[in-house]
Amino acid sequence: MLSLIGRRLVQLLPTLFLVSVLIFLLQQLLPGDPATVMAGEENDPETIAQIRRQYRLDQPIPVQYLYWIRGVFTGDLGESMRLKAPVLDLILQKLPVTLQLASMAMAIALVIGITAGVVSAVKKDTVWDYAVNVLSLWGISTPNFWLGIMMIYLFAVTLGWLPASGYVSPFEDWRQSLATTIMPAFVLGNSIAGVIMRHTRSAMLQALQSDYVRTARAKGLAERVVVWKHAMRNALTPVITLGALEFGTLLSGAVLTEQIFTIPGFGKLIVDAVFNRDYAVVQGVVLVTATTYILLNLLADLGYILVNPRLRG
Amino acid sequence: MTAQTIPVSAPAAPEAIETPGRRAWRRLKRRRGAMVGLAVIVIVVLAAIFAPWISPYDPIQQSWSAVRKAPSAAHWFGTDEVGRDVLARILYGARASLLAGVMSVAIAIGIGVPVGLLAGYLGGVVDAVISRLTDAMLACPFLILAIALAAFLGPSLTNAMIAIGVTATPIFVRLTRGQVLATKSEDYVEAARAVGNPHWRIAVRHILPNVLPQLLVQATLTVATAIIAEASLSFLGLGQQPPTPSWGSMLNTAQRFLATGPWMAVFPGLAIFVTVLSFNLLGDGFRDALDPRSK
Repeated sequence: MLSLIGRRLVQLLPTLFLVSVLIFLLQQLLPGDPATVMAGEENDPETIAQIRRQYRLDQPIPVQYLYWIRGVFTGDLGESMRLKAPVLDLILQKLPVTLQLASMAMAIALVIGITAGVVSAVKKDTVWDYAVNVLSLWGISTPNFWLGIMMIYLFAVTLGWLPASGYVSPFEDWRQSLATTIMPAFVLGNSIAGVIMRHTRSAMLQALQSDYVRTARAKGLAERVVVWKHAMRNALTPVITLGALEFGTLLSGAVLTEQIFTIPGFGKLIVDAVFNRDYAVVQGVVLVTATTYILLNLLADLGYILVNPRLRG
Repeated sequence: MTAQTIPVSAPAAPEAIETPGRRAWRRLKRRRGAMVGLAVIVIVVLAAIFAPWISPYDPIQQSWSAVRKAPSAAHWFGTDEVGRDVLARILYGARASLLAGVMSVAIAIGIGVPVGLLAGYLGGVVDAVISRLTDAMLACPFLILAIALAAFLGPSLTNAMIAIGVTATPIFVRLTRGQVLATKSEDYVEAARAVGNPHWRIAVRHILPNVLPQLLVQATLTVATAIIAEASLSFLGLGQQPPTPSWGSMLNTAQRFLATGPWMAVFPGLAIFVTVLSFNLLGDGFRDALDPRSK
């Protein structure tokens, strides 16, 4: 198993290298001279020259990349021009907020997605199955930000049950923290629940037709035990690993959700950086997101192999 | 719908022969969800094309006497914060959404299919480099990469379409490559090679038609993703620029007037939802209809 992990890690290196190149090259897309763009309204040639020296924009592109990647390896992702703080510090400060939101969203998505998916498979071709299909299409087709706005209108503006925006850390006041994060977490989880429903349904349908389920039924076991103990246990493995792959969707969704609910997380950091032309922060956030996503994919992959001995060869 | 005709050597009853295109259409027609989706898409496309003729008002004409009016006979979907008709803006906004959906997928197919053909057909170093590059792009979450690209390119609808198109490209590279790998060792491809066809002809005439069904499914589903992505970028101010209407930017404005004008948020959101749902229904329908196992 250890050699397998080692092999997979080595296979990831070229991908990680290319991700870093792509993210570095984003800067080259800036129309005109990046130093002038970074200087913003300061048209002073001295300032522009200083920026050019500071960010080594006067060096050839491959040399610039080497300086940048050396910084990445030593934990230096550059400095935010707006907040005058190291990008890594900003990311580490915002990451726990998004991770809290993402884990709540994933929990909501798994509970709704798996339950609905199992019901849909067991009650195939009945009104329940169609209802779950509609629910799943709803999840996949609803824009996060619209659902967020509608929930604010209903639960904050009209009913006054939940705060419309803001964030409280669970370490300060867990009740208030739950109140501020439950709506955004549901919004985020909604789209993934739709995907998980589909995966669960097809995995369950396959499991329900397998020999061991037929044997369990032949033994006279109650249908409830056959479905929840025998079929679901086996069907869940691919569902959970596929769920891990939805982490990217979660991070993408967090960008807009955090913006709508004014939650000071990762997503809001990148949007604020985009509007303030804080390019080092944009690059840093994309790099950290992509790396996290790649590592999570690896974990999902390894988890899948771990529980499925047939794939170990 | 691209039809691939089957050459017939012996005379047969014409009604007995069904081209793959016709067969797919016959199967698609039986899927109610897909047909509803197709009908809605046709309506949205027609609404976007004929917006100047069917729109009740000018979408950018402000009216200070009709600020934030609730839906009524005069303004079916109400008016916005500067008195513009919401229905008129939704009709015109369909142009930005559909254009972004279709153009970004066209960009993704335009780059992704040739690159995927090249990778799958040539193999070796070319394939290895293209595949790693595809992996690297797929490692960046879709919307985050699109936002980053749009941010660096500058805010405009064209740049948003480029950003979404480029971000969606690796999906088509991977799809085409996989399909090429699956078909390139087939007998008919070997036969085409044996009779001396040049590589480009084998790739375009013999391999590409086999990729088309999967491409059609993926393209339809990606249009749905691209419409949401465009609305997201416009919501953030990185897509269509005001005062030209777009569904995403309408929602951004509506957010500030939820208490006094909720209709400003309800209708543009519904427009996105219904359009995206229709493309998803059609995409699912295509997938079932083009599946060789379905009847």
